[in-house]
Amino acid sequence: MVAVGPRKLLWRLAEVVDVVPETPRTKSLVLDAPGWEGHRAGQHVDVRLTAEDGYQAQRSYSIASAPEEERLVLTVDRLDDGEVSPYLTDVLTVGDRLELRGPIGGYFVWDAADGGPLVLVAGGSGVVPLMAMIRHRAAVGSDVPTRLLYSSRSYEEIIYREELEDFAARDGSLEAIHTLTRSAPKGWDGYDRRIDARMLSEVAWTPEERPLAFVCGPTPLVEEVGTALVGLGHDPGRVKTERFGATGG
Amino acid sequence: MDELRLDGNAAAGTLGEVFSFEVTTAEYACGGCGKAGTLGGAAVYEVRDLGIIVRCPGCDNALIRVAHNRGRYLVDLRGTKYLATG
Repeated sequence: MVAVGPRKLLWRLAEVVDVVPETPRTKSLVLDAPGWEGHRAGQHVDVRLTAEDGYQAQRSYSIASAPEEERLVLTVDRLDDGEVSPYLTDVLTVGDRLELRGPIGGYFVWDAADGGPLVLVAGGSGVVPLMAMIRHRAAVGSDVPTRLLYSSRSYEEIIYREELEDFAARDGSLEAIHTLTRSAPKGWDGYDRRIDARMLSEVAWTPEERPLAFVCGPTPLVEEVGTALVGLGHDPGRVKTERFGATGG
Repeated sequence: MDELRLDGNAAAGTLGEVFSFEVTTAEYACGGCGKAGTLGGAAVYEVRDLGIIVRCPGCDNALIRVAHNRGRYLVDLRGTKYLATG
């Protein structure tokens, strides 16, 4: 028997109040969503587009904003062969409206009260739900020791780079560690390879410190990192994953 | 056929159209290999406009199949030993 009462998610209209370019391929959509009942860091929404002929396409996008923020922010990565993301990043402008439902998901979420230490591992736009956690942590003044290990193809493709630098500069208990897998600027002294077990053993705390791990990105990265963390001795029950499809958009 | 590989988190909105409990934290045991897990961590394949298949990450057995057509849903749970929520 299911004791939980029904909570049907309804589609609602949100209005775009700002569009913020983050990298050459990603934009943040700042939304005004009347009646929005709040969310938890790590949750996502479904976005639905309807063409004039009635054809509908639906995708999930992680919420980038902290629960404490007034506006709902989605950060969207433009996939060239995608059906939905090129519209969201190239066509949508301030004043346009968008159909969405949410918040969705109770598994890949972190509340400051859950504690840590935290290890957040991201590939590409997989950083978005982790950024909601970092922003939530800052908004409530949490000092949970946190390390973000973030894999990007190049320096220019690091989403939220300046905001992460600002957070880390102001807060000694937050570290952002980058790895660049395709090209690195001259003089780059950080990691420059895909995330592997050795990198995780250097960054992801020790199993004895019992970190809470959140891993988000393309499916191969998530499976590699999840397997490596468990292989290093981390408790599988404290490793949470969220995968992106290999295709989609 | 256009297939999107997702996970139980991304499919939670669609699964929520038929299940009234929080699906991402619901626990299952696979009817194939017996592995237990949380649906949020299971693999999901979405066949565009037809439905979704939730698969066991251990053995690829189809745990849950949901097909939708013209407002009707067909749910097949034969691959799941049990679902536990709450």
